[in-house]
Amino acid sequence: MALVGILVMVVGLMLRWNTLLVVVLAGFATGLGAGFSIREILGLLGSFFVENRFMSLPVVLLLPAIGLLERFGLQERAAGLISGVSHATAGRVMWVYQALRQAGSMVGLTIGGHAAMVRPLVAPMAEALAQTGRAPLPRQLSHRIRAHAAAAENWGNFFADDILVAIGPVLLMKGVLESAGVSVGVVELGLWGLPTAAMALLLAAWRFRLLDRDIARWRASGSPTECGAKEKQAP
Amino acid sequence: MWRQGEAGPVKLLSSEVFYVAAGLGLIAVAVRLLRRAGTDGWTGVLFYGLLGLIFCLGPHLPSEWVGGMVVALVLVLTRGQIKPPVPAAAETEFRRTSAARLGHRLLVPALLIPLVVLSAGWLLPRIRGEGWRMVDTKEANQVALGLGCLAGLVAAMRITRAGPRTAVDEGGRLLLTVGWALILPQVLAGLGGIFARAGIGELISQGIGAILPMQWAWIAVVAYCGGMAMFTVVMGNAFAAFPVMTLGIGLPFIVRQHGGDPAIMSVFGMLSGYCGTLMTPMAANFNLVPALLLELEDRRAVIKAQVPFALALWTFNVLAMGLLVFRR
Repeated sequence: MALVGILVMVVGLMLRWNTLLVVVLAGFATGLGAGFSIREILGLLGSFFVENRFMSLPVVLLLPAIGLLERFGLQERAAGLISGVSHATAGRVMWVYQALRQAGSMVGLTIGGHAAMVRPLVAPMAEALAQTGRAPLPRQLSHRIRAHAAAAENWGNFFADDILVAIGPVLLMKGVLESAGVSVGVVELGLWGLPTAAMALLLAAWRFRLLDRDIARWRASGSPTECGAKEKQAP
Repeated sequence: MWRQGEAGPVKLLSSEVFYVAAGLGLIAVAVRLLRRAGTDGWTGVLFYGLLGLIFCLGPHLPSEWVGGMVVALVLVLTRGQIKPPVPAAAETEFRRTSAARLGHRLLVPALLIPLVVLSAGWLLPRIRGEGWRMVDTKEANQVALGLGCLAGLVAAMRITRAGPRTAVDEGGRLLLTVGWALILPQVLAGLGGIFARAGIGELISQGIGAILPMQWAWIAVVAYCGGMAMFTVVMGNAFAAFPVMTLGIGLPFIVRQHGGDPAIMSVFGMLSGYCGTLMTPMAANFNLVPALLLELEDRRAVIKAQVPFALALWTFNVLAMGLLVFRR
């Protein structure tokens, strides 16, 4: 019966209802299906909402500073700064950002974030490099670059977690295994993350190179509109 | 700010301070939106006001009340829309001249934030003595982040010579750009909690275990990694998927039946879950909030940019696990 919640979610998202509404309805459907009272369901929603305020903290607390700096030209400054670097391309800047991000999270440091780094610095730098000396980027291409900048942050954030210094996931893994009576070493758990971390950098290089190639194609072609059409056909 | 932990030593600085600060900021945005309520409607005012209250008072209210307030937030949003501000044409020109005038000084606060976050995150948990400590180790990250943001804001206000009202308005502008998606991660966490309590994961992992022919070791590996990714897509969180899939599929089949190494299995399993995170709107804070923050028309644009990478890396994880996990 509890699975009815997943059904609600699938149907709601397919009908393109407001995502928040779908999630809350799915929560109620699951809870009622499993025999909880409305009061219990509200209690769970409330306690998890409060417990997870940290998820919104980096957005809410950062925005005044970032907004203020943007108002006074931070994005323009970041764009100007990178334009002077030779051999820099949009893809390379994002790859370097991801590599730094991975290096940080390898030792348990969180440097970066979508609000702190991607919107004010990484995305404007990449866009500026893509359009140097040219007409404004076609909207589609510019949005694709921004989406890749967000992806660089996620890839860098996820795939070098805790390799050298165990904080989050490694301790979780150890805890779960130990609860089932299996003991493993923290160091071992960390180091086995290395192959995937290296692979993530390689795959990112592939994705960013493809993006750079499309940017180069646009720069070579004369009119931005023509390339806009090409953009659509690309898978 | 003096708070007594339940059993541990006294902590001087609590992350709650920064939640209250964030809540007050949200309420300030709601107050500023009051001026435009006539034209833009009351949705934004009610949404940010109520959300600010939850941020400030959340831990002191009964959780059913907070749950009711969350449902109220969602209902407010279904009745109306939060309108993102339209940038004025004059602003672009102002930004350009100001960027030229302020030069590199503009970058100082932006770089100061991560610097303070890093150093405070390292330093604060180390400041402690007999019976007291500066911060709770578990909260060190949030406290460091809060201090970094505060330092960044002060520096930004000094460099731009802007007042607090401008800071609220500019922060509010970005907040409106993110809109309702701001609370989606927190609401999804609630759904995850309900799923977990209702035993959804056990149902799914038992289903997979019963259907697939687990006597083949590689099938077990694919089922475990696939289960991690799929369950993460549903829950939006690999940490939630890990215990369920590991206890339901990983340990019984890969480790006990086929003699696989539990450490190797866990690592590649968790990383397979992360590949799922890259592909789901349920991981709203990684995929949806950034799309809105970067003002992308297509809310799925970040996910679309990530899917080929995620599928390739998932395949790599499966192959790596299959080749490495049984070597002993």
